Amino acid sequence: MRITAITLGITALAAGAALADPVEPMSVKYDDYGAIETSLSGMPGDAVEGKKVMSSRGLGNCVACHEVSALADVPFQGEIGPSLDGAGDRWNEAELRGIVADAKKTYDGTMMPSFYKTSGYIRPGNAFTGKAGTEPLPPLLTAQQIEDVVAFLLTLKD
Amino acid sequence: MNKTTASRLALTLVLSFGAGAALADENADLVVNEEIEMTVRAPAPAYLDGHLPEILSGWLFRSDETQDLQRDDFDNPGMIFVDQALDQWAMVDGSEGKSCASCHDDPADSMAGVRAVYPKWNADAGEVRTLAMQINDCRETQMGAKKWGYTSGDMTAMEALISVQSRGMPVNVAIDGPVAATWEQGKEMYYTRYGQLELSCANCHEDNYGNHIRADHLSQGQINGFPVYRLKNTKLNAAHDRFKGCVRDTRAETFDPGSPEFVALELYVASRGNGLSVEAPSVRN
Repeated sequence: MRITAITLGITALAAGAALADPVEPMSVKYDDYGAIETSLSGMPGDAVEGKKVMSSRGLGNCVACHEVSALADVPFQGEIGPSLDGAGDRWNEAELRGIVADAKKTYDGTMMPSFYKTSGYIRPGNAFTGKAGTEPLPPLLTAQQIEDVVAFLLTLKD
Repeated sequence: MNKTTASRLALTLVLSFGAGAALADENADLVVNEEIEMTVRAPAPAYLDGHLPEILSGWLFRSDETQDLQRDDFDNPGMIFVDQALDQWAMVDGSEGKSCASCHDDPADSMAGVRAVYPKWNADAGEVRTLAMQINDCRETQMGAKKWGYTSGDMTAMEALISVQSRGMPVNVAIDGPVAATWEQGKEMYYTRYGQLELSCANCHEDNYGNHIRADHLSQGQINGFPVYRLKNTKLNAAHDRFKGCVRDTRAETFDPGSPEFVALELYVASRGNGLSVEAPSVRN
């Protein structure tokens, strides 16, 4: 009986771990307005990490196009997209997750790159080498990095 | 000058350069050598269908300091390469015992106006030719010399020498007749969103010129100043090298300089600048 209980316990743990597996980019469920209801990583986001992802050239580099007053120490913020000040008031968590993962599902034709999309590109490249890449490409951000960015964006209140 | 004064001066220079780098004077006018009046803003050609209110030289988007470098040939580092090409012009090369000068004499006479109309149709070859393609055809067919690399130093210098003879003349490439299909191909490329970042030329250079993308001040991507001396790499740069870098930066499989695709794109982009002055060798960052 005890052995059965331990086995059950392990099975339950394994099931729990499976639930926390990231949703693959191809399997993401967007609603009709482009929002994503549940965490892509199965885990909550970390706003401090999200701040790093947004500021770093090698990661999200969101500030290349967007101004964020809360990141005043990050130089050369861009003017291509809207300012993200107050983003946490303008969009809810599911909407922000959808916009960061694939903004074209929310705003048709937007210039914003899709950060959690791996195929369907024209002449997909191997990162910045200029050489051909093979789809599915690695997404620009991981599931957890997207959750982290969403967590940071939710802190931006007017 | 004591040490404190020197360092304070250095700091002031750094600060003023920093400010200049961030703010371009978009109302400036360009006169080279107090003589050649450049058209740096012109009405947009009708075939741009109102997508641009006017066409603007990339010179307008650069810092005051960079702008100044193009005002005088003694300050323009690109002119060094023009001098080198002038030596090359007179140099015999290849099996036919000819130099450029053997057929074309003084480039100031024979090459005036040439840059302004390239890329153009070559009826004998039945193809659209860029200036680089024409130079290499001359070398192979007329001189019996080896072709130059499409974006090599020899090539960009020779293009600069030929372009200088047209400085101040309006770019005037043909878009119809036998080049129409190539022009359409280039136009389609201009609006195609390449690579993992899914960016077209138009996303940055039509919809967002004048805006900053991180530290870059986006221009209209005009090529009337090519080959261009870039402070970034301290050499002359061919338009196709710039195209290659731009497409690469969309995380795409880029195209090769001299490829049919980039010839088409060059024709189309050049036509977007019809009416601006030939500026080469221009100076950019």
